Amino acid sequence: MAVVHRCKAAIFIKIFELVKTLLSQQQIALTIKRLAHQILENHISLTDTVFIGLQPRGIFVSDRLINELQQLVSPQQIVYGKLDITFYRDDVRQHLHAANKTDILFSIENKQVILIDDVLWTGRTIRAALDALLDFGRPAKVELCALIDRRFSREFPIQAEYIGRSIDTFATQKVLVRWAEKDGQDEIVLI
Amino acid sequence: MKLSTKHLLGIKNLTTQDIELILSTATQFKEVLQRPVKKVPSLRDITIVNLFYENSTRTRMSFELAEKRLSADTLNFAASSSSAKKGETLLDTVNNILSMKVDMVVMRHSASGAPHFLAKHIPAAIVNAGDGINEHPTQALLDAFSMQEQFGTLKGLRVAIIGDIMHSRVALSNIYLLGKMGAEVMVAGPPTLIPKYITAALGVKVTYNVAEALQWCDVANVLRIQLERQNQPLFSSLREYNLAYGISSQLLDSIGKKITIMHPGPINRGVELDSDVADGSNSIILNQVENGVAVRMAVLYLLANHNNQS
Repeated sequence: MAVVHRCKAAIFIKIFELVKTLLSQQQIALTIKRLAHQILENHISLTDTVFIGLQPRGIFVSDRLINELQQLVSPQQIVYGKLDITFYRDDVRQHLHAANKTDILFSIENKQVILIDDVLWTGRTIRAALDALLDFGRPAKVELCALIDRRFSREFPIQAEYIGRSIDTFATQKVLVRWAEKDGQDEIVLI
Repeated sequence: MKLSTKHLLGIKNLTTQDIELILSTATQFKEVLQRPVKKVPSLRDITIVNLFYENSTRTRMSFELAEKRLSADTLNFAASSSSAKKGETLLDTVNNILSMKVDMVVMRHSASGAPHFLAKHIPAAIVNAGDGINEHPTQALLDAFSMQEQFGTLKGLRVAIIGDIMHSRVALSNIYLLGKMGAEVMVAGPPTLIPKYITAALGVKVTYNVAEALQWCDVANVLRIQLERQNQPLFSSLREYNLAYGISSQLLDSIGKKITIMHPGPINRGVELDSDVADGSNSIILNQVENGVAVRMAVLYLLANHNNQS
């Protein structure tokens, strides 16, 4: 009996420790570099392109992406803002979220907007972001860049043009994105 | 993250965290008001009645605009043109309105404690838009927001509240709020318009000399003489009041330092405040009005969510 118990405990610990690193610090840096190049391939002049990071956690990706782009093109060419979608959420009556700063000091009228977020999962955040975005004007086109795409778990017909890593997950699993500024180091894990 | 209270009846029962949450949410709503489309869908499932048993211009329009900017449905009620004139009681009126599926009540009443009474008897969330001589919480919040915008923080700020302290709900709400947020308060005005035990009760400094208050403060929040609430003569004439307690540019020049001028409105020009001061470069009176919409949006947004979660 004791052996069986020990065995069960071992399995339990094994499952409990099933924390899989999806992207390490080095991989994140490389992935963001690649995303920057992919975006430039499609938006070679950047004259009509604007970048918008989604608050609160998408801006850690967008800050790094903009940093990367600044190595590739002149920084004056890059138009970058931040958007908070708290007031547009569809679960506003279930959870009260803290509102963050929106900082869009330019017109998006007729611009190619690239939305940037960390994890694309159900698509609800992006749905809210599209609503919020339209209150700033009528963009010519909106594209989405996501560092992690949890595919096959969408609840809205939304897809990303630029994807860091596509992963298959169960709904019960969590993707944790850690950033050096907030959590000590850049790392993406699945638990 | 939510408010500690279901209603906003006064500043007295708010925590410091509540005040900070309201002010930080208001900052985000102020940004919303700069957008081409100054509207968010957060409260589109909420209906709000504005129940005004007393006259109002700013507060009422500000609340109505805040509600519309949040996409709430709004109903307006003015006592002067309603069945209250035919003898319907406050509770009957409100229960009738609530039976039409209204979620929140914004109320102004000439009786102190009227919203507190209502809160005990009805299920809807209540926002006090001024009750008699008790409190006017959203005014204190927008005053605090405007001061914070100007000075960065309320901590250590010296605020003089000058005028009819006795009959002012704005004064009481401001004193509570500034005390909670670590600002210093001095009240100034004629002895007949300042409650006798205010220092012992609320811990504020008192002076009967306006020049002394101005010398001391960073901000002067100037209040109107509330003649409608005074049932006996408390000073000889408005002209004499102006000469002794009114703020003129000569007086400010003689002080020789920059003092931010605030006023909750309506201004009686030439009584508590001369026109050149009210319209001068140190006046943030119209900023207060602008900020009022954002602050009321924050209050309504936070209360609507609080009540639907519990």
